[in-house]
Amino acid sequence: MHLVLFLIFAGFCLAGAVNLLLQTHPINSALSLIVVMSSLAVLYLLLGAEFLAIAQIIVYAGAVMVLFTFVVMLLNVGEEEHTHGSYVAKIVGFPAIFAVFSVIATVILEAQSRLGGIKLSDGITTTQELSKVLFRDMLLPFELTSVLVLIAILGAVALARKEGHS
Amino acid sequence: MSFDTVPTSWYLILSALLFSLGVVGFLIKRSLITVFMSIELMLNAVNLSFVTFAHEWHAVKGQIFVFFVMMVAAAEAAVGLAIIIAIFRARATLNVDQIDLMKL
Repeated sequence: MHLVLFLIFAGFCLAGAVNLLLQTHPINSALSLIVVMSSLAVLYLLLGAEFLAIAQIIVYAGAVMVLFTFVVMLLNVGEEEHTHGSYVAKIVGFPAIFAVFSVIATVILEAQSRLGGIKLSDGITTTQELSKVLFRDMLLPFELTSVLVLIAILGAVALARKEGHS
Repeated sequence: MSFDTVPTSWYLILSALLFSLGVVGFLIKRSLITVFMSIELMLNAVNLSFVTFAHEWHAVKGQIFVFFVMMVAAAEAAVGLAIIIAIFRARATLNVDQIDLMKL
């Protein structure tokens, strides 16, 4: 059951990510990214992270992607122009990312025997356990994030405001 | 191997694949907004490995870290999209080939 669910949603994830690269219109890329993020929420649920699965849907698939589609529609962005792209990206970028992926995959496959497997019956991390750590050990970072989000809101308003309205 | 068990390494390989696809998107996409979406894809890929390792070692702090990454990513998306709107106002284009100067 777990294996089947994993294969289905991992497939959705990869298909969405590849579709993001292949589409030329930004709105299609944004919709593929929503598919990727929703499938990731299901994978989080399979890994027993119930709070993060819901947060992933509300924050990422909801708020952040609505912001993206909103900006695409607001700016009326058209089809992507086809240009030759950068030479540095072709010569250095693609071999570099291929090398990085190969190294990561080799390390993971090397450690495979020590990592073991994941079962659905392993149990879930409840929101209660999560909040105990978050509000006891991590209280200061948590409060600092609220300040960060406040600054981000002010910055976004200041940046997007039209000039000459001061 | 039964149908109930998925090797931990498969989740990690999926995470690495998503990250690589994000980098490839960052390199080949020519629209500023799609480049930004590729960055979000990379952040999500890394979150997946955090959650996998949190499950593997029964460490709740890994999930807390993902929570913080989500918060920072939401703030970053708000500021980034505001910057994109400001750039579009100044240049009337979102093609990254034409936005290669630091000043107007």
